[in-house]
Amino acid sequence: MDSQGYFGRFGGRFIPEVLVATFEELDRAFDELKRDPAFWQEYVDLMSTYSCRPTPITYAENLTRHLGGARIYIKREDLNHTGAHKANNVMGQGLLVRRMGKSRVIAETGAGQHGVATATMAAKFGLECTIYMGEVDVERQRPNVFWMERLGATVVPVDTGTRILKDAINEAFRDWVANMDTTHYVFGTACGPHPFPALVSYFQSIIGVEAREQMLKSTGRLPDRVYACVGGGSNAMGIFQGFMQDDVELVGVEAGGHGVETGEHAVRLAASDASLGVAQGYKTFFLQDEDGQMRETHSVAAGLDYVGVSPILSSFKESGRVRFESATDAEVVEALALTVRKEGVIPALESAHAFAGAFREASQMSNDEIILINQSGRGDKDIFTIADAFDDPKWRDFIRRKAAQYDA
Amino acid sequence: MLEKHLRTKLVDKDLLLMTHLVLGYPDFETCRKTVGEMVAAGVDLIELQIPFSEPMADGPVILRANQDALAAGARVEACLDVAAELAAGFDVPFLIMTYFNIVYRYGVERMADRLQAAGIAGAIVPDLPPEEADGYPEILRQRGLAPIYLFSPTSTDARMARIAEIGEGFVYCVARKGVTGAATTFSDDLAAYLARCRRATRLPLAVGFGVRERADVEFLRGKADIAVVGSETLRVLDTHGVSGVGAFLRGLIAA
Ligand SMILES: Cc1ncc(COP(=O)(O)O)c(C=O)c1O
Repeated sequence: MDSQGYFGRFGGRFIPEVLVATFEELDRAFDELKRDPAFWQEYVDLMSTYSCRPTPITYAENLTRHLGGARIYIKREDLNHTGAHKANNVMGQGLLVRRMGKSRVIAETGAGQHGVATATMAAKFGLECTIYMGEVDVERQRPNVFWMERLGATVVPVDTGTRILKDAINEAFRDWVANMDTTHYVFGTACGPHPFPALVSYFQSIIGVEAREQMLKSTGRLPDRVYACVGGGSNAMGIFQGFMQDDVELVGVEAGGHGVETGEHAVRLAASDASLGVAQGYKTFFLQDEDGQMRETHSVAAGLDYVGVSPILSSFKESGRVRFESATDAEVVEALALTVRKEGVIPALESAHAFAGAFREASQMSNDEIILINQSGRGDKDIFTIADAFDDPKWRDFIRRKAAQYDA
Repeated sequence: MLEKHLRTKLVDKDLLLMTHLVLGYPDFETCRKTVGEMVAAGVDLIELQIPFSEPMADGPVILRANQDALAAGARVEACLDVAAELAAGFDVPFLIMTYFNIVYRYGVERMADRLQAAGIAGAIVPDLPPEEADGYPEILRQRGLAPIYLFSPTSTDARMARIAEIGEGFVYCVARKGVTGAATTFSDDLAAYLARCRRATRLPLAVGFGVRERADVEFLRGKADIAVVGSETLRVLDTHGVSGVGAFLRGLIAA
């Protein structure tokens, strides 16, 4: 009974006995799929016909000029079907579910992006689908709930704990331990018990594989630095994997919330607030108190509002392979506004953390240096959250008038 | 040591009763009184859960109790103090049940020392499977504490045999798939599973998850050694108060 799935001292599989057999089945299915030479092509074909792969890289000429430093490129994961990199993982796991012959999928969701992606996959593959979502997130992401329900999923609001992402994960596990015979848990990020960190990273690696080739093709060389936002760590793992063996600096940007010093944030790796712990089935840095109880986190971006972080990224933090920074809510909203105005692309609030981190450094760099930012998702579908973040008075008037029409 | 104690008890009784409570829920004073009721009703051993913010294997009733206990300010150190006090005050074995992060943050050795000093008989940590043990069962055993492991209906025979080797005291057989608190069908399937558990180990068998009423307890007689009543005791505590717990338990085991 050897432990498995460790990255340095992080990861592992801390699960109740009743789930052991299910995880062993998942191990076998994942191993088979990795060894099947036809599988990756099947996955790429699906993503190029159902989603928008390969997603392009965009040269951000105006931002480059405005900031006056490094040349800025953007990897456009926002152009995926359903609007984020989440589709990569979900469609990959969908193919896995088909191979395992299960008829139902469940998932947790924070921002709603992973929930929408999972519900979409379930609709396409004809699977029954239940999505667990914290009550707080149901409130702040109503449009995503609307779409999940239209797509045929049952959305269960989770009213326990802090009523956000981590609580939705606990609830999904509670469903799974009762229904594992028919059900696969489509874990949404590179966290959780082994093999999920490796499995999710495997599907997301398509981002980095494409980006490396695209950068070589359009700039003739590799970027000097690559930036990605870090919630659970899946989009960061996705793009970083393309440059792991290269002389490229990798930078993960976490949610600074109201500022690290306020305690209201989700910074696990870029500051020393988090400590080593075991929860939600794996060992990593968690934001927790002395007793080991998980703390409340805060971010303007629901998708980054999480107490733990990928064990693989924790190991890169320790080895020094990845540098971690954070950006506050205020910096993020500013970076988002600037990107929209200068480039006409609309990053998700989550992705805007990577932009904020990159902008801070780009102007200090020389104009023969190149940086690549992973735009993990698009923001236009989060219009309610972003309009609030911008505190837009005309939007507020519109909502008031709209509400009045319902009352009339 | 725990196993020996249970064996002695099993000479006179064919089925023992184990109950559960969440330390600090709704407050420590109620916990003390509830334990008093449990012991007076003839309960044979008691599982004290140190609350955790992410109790992944627990269903709604115990989950809420964990949250409420934490919201009421139950700290780990205070839970351990009360556990020590209860173990000193009552003549039944007490076990600590909690999730691994609580033990990990406290320090496995430091926790084991503390439990030993407190007169606790063993520990149940449902999210620490044998694969992740990393010295844990040995550290407990060295201090005379029983590391209690779980079987589930999904455990293979080979796996059960290996779990039985590292476990001590008794084996906790989870009656069905799922979390605590939901209904269990006491059926031929369950009987066959318990027979499989019996073949896998010489340790006494405890059965929990969904044991709610007298008929459930009767079903287990002859098939297991210990019936575990968890969520249902909490439900009774919530609806009928401390004295209700005593009446409920007496009803379960009255001859
Ligand atoms: C657009 C977007 N980016 C990033 C994230 C954060 O997740 P991860 O760190 O796994 O990429 C989310 C999560 O919901 C998201 O929706």
